[in-house]
Amino acid sequence: MENNTNRMKEQILRTSGVNPLKCMRCGKCSGTCPAYDEMEYHPHEFVYMVERGDIEPLLKSESLYKCLSCFACVDRCPRDVEPAKLVEAVRLMVIRQQGQNHLKPDQIPEMLDDELPQQAIVSALRKYAK
Amino acid sequence: MQRIGVFVCHCGTNIAGTVDVKAVAEALRYEPGVVISTEYQYMCSQAGQDMIHEAIRENNLTGIVVCSCSPRMHEATFRKTAQSAGLNPYMVEIANIREQCSWVHKDMEIGTEKAIILGRAAIAKVNLNAPLTPGETPVTKRALVIGGGIAGIQTALDIADAGFPVDIVETKPTIGGKMAQLDKTFPTLDCAACILTPKMVEAAQHENIRILSYSEVQDIKGFVGNFTVQIKKKARYVKEDICTGCGLCTEKCPQKKVPNEFNLEMDNRRAIYIPFAQAVPKVATIDPNYCTMLKTGKCGVCAKVCTAKAIDYTQKDEIMEEKYGAIVAATGFNPISMKPFDEYAYSQSKDVITSLEFERLMNAAGPTGGKLLRPSDGKHPHTIVFVQCVGSRCSAHASKGKEYCSKICCMYTAKHAMLTRDKYPDTDVYVFYIDVRTPGKNFDEFYRRAVEEYGVHYVKGMVGKVSPEGDKLMVQASDLLADKQLHIEADLVVLAAAIEPDMSARPLATMLTASMDTNDFFTEAHPKLRPVESPTAGVFLSGACQGPKDIPETVSQAGAAAAKVIGLLAKDKLKGNPCVAGSDEWMCNGCSSCERVCPYGAITYVTKEFRMPDRTTALRRVAQVNEAVCQGCGACTVACPSGAMDLKGFASSQIMAEVDAICK
Repeated sequence: MENNTNRMKEQILRTSGVNPLKCMRCGKCSGTCPAYDEMEYHPHEFVYMVERGDIEPLLKSESLYKCLSCFACVDRCPRDVEPAKLVEAVRLMVIRQQGQNHLKPDQIPEMLDDELPQQAIVSALRKYAK
Repeated sequence: MQRIGVFVCHCGTNIAGTVDVKAVAEALRYEPGVVISTEYQYMCSQAGQDMIHEAIRENNLTGIVVCSCSPRMHEATFRKTAQSAGLNPYMVEIANIREQCSWVHKDMEIGTEKAIILGRAAIAKVNLNAPLTPGETPVTKRALVIGGGIAGIQTALDIADAGFPVDIVETKPTIGGKMAQLDKTFPTLDCAACILTPKMVEAAQHENIRILSYSEVQDIKGFVGNFTVQIKKKARYVKEDICTGCGLCTEKCPQKKVPNEFNLEMDNRRAIYIPFAQAVPKVATIDPNYCTMLKTGKCGVCAKVCTAKAIDYTQKDEIMEEKYGAIVAATGFNPISMKPFDEYAYSQSKDVITSLEFERLMNAAGPTGGKLLRPSDGKHPHTIVFVQCVGSRCSAHASKGKEYCSKICCMYTAKHAMLTRDKYPDTDVYVFYIDVRTPGKNFDEFYRRAVEEYGVHYVKGMVGKVSPEGDKLMVQASDLLADKQLHIEADLVVLAAAIEPDMSARPLATMLTASMDTNDFFTEAHPKLRPVESPTAGVFLSGACQGPKDIPETVSQAGAAAAKVIGLLAKDKLKGNPCVAGSDEWMCNGCSSCERVCPYGAITYVTKEFRMPDRTTALRRVAQVNEAVCQGCGACTVACPSGAMDLKGFASSQIMAEVDAICK
C-alpha cells in the first residue's frame, strides 16, 4: 500500500512537473479560485495532500472535475507552484485507467446545440477523456 | 633556495574529518625547499601560532605554507605570526584545504589527495616569492555620506561628533528620506516627524556637517583614504544662501497642477515648492519640468513676490570636486511598483493603495490633513482590508515580485490596523497574512495588542482577487484556518508592497566598484562579522541599501558604519597593498594595451631616454604604474603582449609554477 501511494505520488509529480515543496502555504490559490465553493478539496489542499502522499481521497473526489482549469491559481501563485497542473495530473491518473472515461465521443452529438462553442467540446474531451 | 616550513591544520574535525592531515604533512615534507612539515589541531590558536613562530626561528625558515582555511579567514593572522618571527609577511602562502577541500569532499582518500596537491602548489609558489614592502598613503580626514535619510543622517552625526568633517549628498531638495513621510513609528507609536526633525536640524547646524541637497554623485575615483568625488549640484533656480524659506513663492506660484511626490502624487503642489514644512534645508526649489518661466519665459511671479530676491532663473547645474577618505552608501529603499499585480486592481481603483500611501493619508501633514478618507470620493472607509506580502517572498521563477521577505511590513501593517481602530472604532479592519513575523524588542507584544485590544481581524490566508464594483471593492480571499473562501465588501484595500533598493544604488556600486547581490542590495564584507563594510576598502554601508531594515535597526547600523569610518579617519597613514603591478621598462613596447584595460587609471606612459647596448641613447615610450592607485587586479598583466607587465606576489612565473605543481 505504502509503495503504491509512493508510486502514485511520483507519477503525479512527474506528469505535472510540479514541486509541492515550493509551496509556502499562503492560500492565494484558494483565495483566487472561482470554483472554490464547488470543490471538496481546494487548490491549496491539493498541493498539501499530494505533498503528504494522501492521493486516494483525491482520486475519488468530484473536485477533479469541478476545477475549471482557468489557471488563475497558476498565474497568481507567488511561489510558482502551479496547483492547476497538479489537479490535471491527478485527473489524468484517473481517466487513464480502463473504464474511467467520463466523456465518450458518441455521447457528444446529443449534447450539441447552437450555443455550445466547438472549443468547449474539444477542451471537454481533453479534460474528461483519455 | 628557500627554506620552507609546512603547517597543516586540523581545524578540529572541520579538516581532519575528511582529510588525513598526518598523511598530508608527511607527503609535503619531501617537496623541494621544504625543511619542516608538521600538523596541529588549531593552527590559528595561540599555541599553533607559537609553534609556527618557534619553527621559523629554529629552522631559519625563509617562507612558510599554512594548509588551513580560506586566506580570507586567517591569512592576516599567519602573516602577523611570520612577521613577529622576523619573516617578511609576504613569504606566507595559504593552501585552502578547508573550503576548497574538506568541506566539498566526502571521501577521505580523494580529500587527502587534493589537499596534498593544493599544498604542493602553495610550496611551488613560495619557492618563487620575494619579500614585499607595502607603501604608505595619507588619509583624507573627511567622509562622504551618500543619502540623507535616517541612515545617512545618523551616520553623519556620529562621524561629525567624533570631530571629522562630513558631507551628506542627497538627491532630493531636502534630507529626511522615507522616515519624513511616515506618520507614527512602531512599536512605541511616537510620531516620526517628532523624532526625526530634531536630528535633521542637528545635522544642519553641526559645524562638521555640510548638507549638499538636490545633488548627485557623478563620478568616484581613487581608493581607500583618497577618494576624489565629482558631485553635481542641480540648479534649483533659488539662491540657497539667500532664501529664507518663508514660503510666499510656493503660495503665489500660478502653476498649481504639479503631482506632489512627497504625498505620493495623491495631491498637487506648485512648480516652486518646499517639500514639507520641516524640510532641511528650508529652501524653495523650482521644478524645471513645470515652471512656466523656465519653459516659456513668461511668468516670473515667484521672483516678484520674493522679498529676499533669492530667485535666479539663470542658475546652472554646478559640478564640484571633493576629496574624501571614506564613503558611506546610505541610498535606502523604495516600495516596488504595484502595477504588475493586476489581481489587486491597483491600477484600476484609486481606493487600492500601498502602505506608504496609507501612511500619508494618516499623517496630519498629508493630503487629507490626517483624516482617513478614500482617495476616490473623500468618504470615510468603513471596511478596510490589508494584504501582506504583496511582492515579497515570491519564487525566483515567478513572473513578478522579490524573493526575500521585506521584513518591515508585518509591523507597519499591525501599526496601521491598530491606529485605524483607535481613531475610527466604527471601521472593520482585516489583515490577511501568511505568517506574522515580529522578531524585535516589544514587537510581538505590539502585534498581539492589535488583535486583543484593538480587535483587528487577522485572517491566515492570502487575498486572491480584488475587483472594483460600483464604489466598493470586492475582496476574494482564503481563510485557511476556517477552510473557507471569504468575500468581503471593502471600501479601501491597502497593499503591503515589497521594498527594493533605490534605483541609484546600482550605478553607485559601479562607481564605487562595490559588490551587490542579485537584488541590488549592497553586499557586506562578511554577513556576520563585517556587516557594515563593503568588500571594497573605504566603502561602508548604512541602512536599507544593504537589506530591508526597520528604523531601530537602521539607526544601529548607521552608528556602526560611523564607528568604522571614524576608525579609518583616525589613522594618519594607511598601509597599501604591495601586490601591485610593475612594468619591466626594457620589455615594454609602448603599445598602451595596459593603459586601456586598467579600471583604476593607474597606468600612465612616459617617454624616457635609454642607453642602448651599443652605447647609443634612444627615446622610448614606456608604461609606468602608480602604485598608490593600483589595486592589483592583474588586468594589465593579461593584456600586455610583450610580457613586460607583472603583478608582485602573483607573478606569471609563480602562477605557472602553481599550475605545474598541480599537474605534476
